[in-house]
Amino acid sequence: MKIAVCIKRVPDMEMRFSIAADRTSLDQTGMKYEMGDFDGYALEVGLQLAEKHGPGEVVVLSLGPDGVQEILRKGLAMGATRAVQLKVDQVPFDGLAVASALAEELRSGGYDLILFGRMATDTANGTVGPMTAELLGLPCVTGISQLDLADRTGTARRDLEGASETVEFALPAVLTIDEGIARPRLASLKGIMAAKKKPLETRPAQLGPANLTVQRMELPAERPPGRIIGEGADAVPELLRLLQTEAKVL
Amino acid sequence: MSAFLAFAETRAGGLRKVAFEAVTAARQAADSTGGGEVHAVLLGAPGMAQEARALGRNGADVVYVVEHSGLERYNPEVYSTTVSERIRSGQYRAAFFTASAEGRDLAPRVAARLGVSIAADVTEFEIQNDAVIAQHPAYTGKVNVTLKLTGSPALISLRPGFVTPAEQPREARVETLEPAMDPAAARVKVTEVAQRSTTKLDLGEAPIIVSGGRGLRAAENFKLVEDLAAAIGNAAVGATRAVTDDGWRPATDQIGQTGRLVSPDLYIAVGISGAIQHLAGMRTAKTIVAINKDKDAPIFKIADYGIVGDLFEIVPRLTAEMKKVRSHG
Repeated sequence: MKIAVCIKRVPDMEMRFSIAADRTSLDQTGMKYEMGDFDGYALEVGLQLAEKHGPGEVVVLSLGPDGVQEILRKGLAMGATRAVQLKVDQVPFDGLAVASALAEELRSGGYDLILFGRMATDTANGTVGPMTAELLGLPCVTGISQLDLADRTGTARRDLEGASETVEFALPAVLTIDEGIARPRLASLKGIMAAKKKPLETRPAQLGPANLTVQRMELPAERPPGRIIGEGADAVPELLRLLQTEAKVL
Repeated sequence: MSAFLAFAETRAGGLRKVAFEAVTAARQAADSTGGGEVHAVLLGAPGMAQEARALGRNGADVVYVVEHSGLERYNPEVYSTTVSERIRSGQYRAAFFTASAEGRDLAPRVAARLGVSIAADVTEFEIQNDAVIAQHPAYTGKVNVTLKLTGSPALISLRPGFVTPAEQPREARVETLEPAMDPAAARVKVTEVAQRSTTKLDLGEAPIIVSGGRGLRAAENFKLVEDLAAAIGNAAVGATRAVTDDGWRPATDQIGQTGRLVSPDLYIAVGISGAIQHLAGMRTAKTIVAINKDKDAPIFKIADYGIVGDLFEIVPRLTAEMKKVRSHG
């Protein structure tokens, strides 16, 4: 089984962000990066499937500047077979521009499965996976929280608002992975050592035109500082009074 | 004058609230650009056409209905091909979807088929001559991004709950369309839709959320949270990642960076310390209440009203008092 997992390098969301002078990007001073949360789940799913349905190959793919090599090495340390960097100075906000480059790379790869995280935690668009599927003409299931493969078909569960769907699909396919399906493994020391010898290729990304661009970035208004109104159950009547008369939410 | 399209989402043979939101957005877009027509597209099993006229209430002039016995449930391939063809032949300035689970699946496929970009998960928008300006919360809600989308048609998916369905009543003309492909030929098939509960509100739609964390100490103590939500009435129950990871609650209840991002009118955090990963999912709630024994817990830094103390005493009292408030009305 041949599996590609597309991963994105995103800022560590626990950091305090500030807006750069150009007002269209984040200040890079002291910025720390990591693999996107959902991409980690996608990679874990890919590794588990390869183990279960092997022999196989898991290729990790990332589009971005040289900094993405760090998360690609992490993917290799977790167990991926090889890595590909599609090099570009700046990752566009436009999902179609990115999907075009990924589709170009993946088209001739002969993959049984192409996995993505449900969305990138930075741009939060969730468009690249299904767009790549369409550009490749492949079946696609998004936001998967459970997955079973048998032969050349798969069964997935995806969560909807207040419901869940069971979806059957034919391979080859593109899947986007939600949380709850598998917790990403930690790379072992042996894995980290092995990763240094695994192949990591770099080639220029064939980005599509970007028609969706960032005009401005702003930090949302800070919430007013918190306020403790009392201690213990005796504070409950005061809370209800405030909710009714001040916040007016009851 | 430009025409606009709205995709009307359905479930179990009925229109969802987001369908009216999409039509309302399309109507607002049309009215802001000279009052062109609004068309809606609706797919479903035979009988779906009966729902179509309801979209006239929010300003749809024409509703295209695609009925087929193979469309009892969502079918991504039939939907994306059929909606793409409608957009192609309709020469629309923009097409509106919602960023619901179904819309997030459908809209990017339609965009890719048409070879156009999409502004996803949009909270506000403005149609200009040569561009659409859209607001999109990104970086787990920590950064507001203003996006410029050029090209036509512009595809936009709207964050559910951010457009209030508005009455703009008219007689919608209903036209029938054939699906662009045979549903039986689809390679992806939804074989079952399991409704979790017909009585419980979804986290994304509930005006009030009561949420529990590790402070509850055990799965069975979530009953305190459920009782409070029941006493409030129009409330849903959420949880932190720590709690869903431990299996106290299903993963679908998780609020946070990797779970649901919610913006209710009132968020009551019970036994939640306030890890950044959790705050990312609820910091945009209008009013936040926190009940926690540790006065230094980060949740108190953003709670409009905090009570320090033992939740096992405070929450039952709050439930009892809430019942009185709710019964008086």
